[in-house]
Amino acid sequence: MQHSGDVAPSSQLGQAAVSSGSRPGTWTLLASAFTFAIMLVALYATFLYAPAEAVQGNVFRIFYVHLSLAWLAYLAFVVVFVGSVGYLWRQTRGWDHLAKASAEIGVLFTTLVLVTGSIWARPVWGVWWTWDARLTTSLVLWFIYVGYLMLRGAIGDRERAARAAAVVGVLGFVDVPISFLSVFWWRTVHPPATTVAESGGLTPEMRITLLLMLVAFTALYVFLLRFKMVLEGLRDSVWDMERDRTS
Amino acid sequence: MGYLFAAYAVVWVGLFAYLFLLGSEVRGLRRQIEELTRAGDEHPH
Repeated sequence: MQHSGDVAPSSQLGQAAVSSGSRPGTWTLLASAFTFAIMLVALYATFLYAPAEAVQGNVFRIFYVHLSLAWLAYLAFVVVFVGSVGYLWRQTRGWDHLAKASAEIGVLFTTLVLVTGSIWARPVWGVWWTWDARLTTSLVLWFIYVGYLMLRGAIGDRERAARAAAVVGVLGFVDVPISFLSVFWWRTVHPPATTVAESGGLTPEMRITLLLMLVAFTALYVFLLRFKMVLEGLRDSVWDMERDRTS
Repeated sequence: MGYLFAAYAVVWVGLFAYLFLLGSEVRGLRRQIEELTRAGDEHPH
């Protein structure tokens, strides 16, 4: 285990943890500036550069954010799977931090996918929700990873919580390919993203806008992931210092 | 236009709420670390 060896005195641990978590480094400043700038460019492209869609009109602009969030949510859960396998294999805290951080961001993005999808469905399909295969499997995905986070919170012991969560992170991943492929396996009203992107329905401006939005949300995901991992490192320092105090 | 506005508003409110929560978490943890460090300095083993 990463923290099972000699424990530094709490004052040293505390000073190191506070200094590592208090001042944003050059990487953080550059990453946040890039994320902010690319997000502004992507929003400009979404509302002012991309034309309105011929059939759906302006409401089609929801597509850019909805699709980007959906792809990043899948990526987040792939990272949870990798982090969980890494933790079960190597038993080091870093893998657990990666899985936990990515699960939290994945749940946030999936929540936003479900809500934006519902808002888009109302004017296009005439309903807020339908028990379509893609929608249902996405909702199941949301429940699995909310359960993952609740399980972590419910188990007091840090190592036991990490182990149990890693098992759920591996088993829960089964729903990711099912959700992704559901639009090909079953007759659904939800179109596959690849069909929309490749059917010729997107103009070059729409494709550029989609690409910009994907880059912007990928940058946001990486930024949030790194931030959350630093935060989990701080939380570990608190655990270690409390253990040091009580031992 | 109402649906479009609602969708983007939900996304930005959600993202900023999450960033706010992360910020509060960092502040809380730093406060805890400072308190534990101070306690460790005052009562060393």
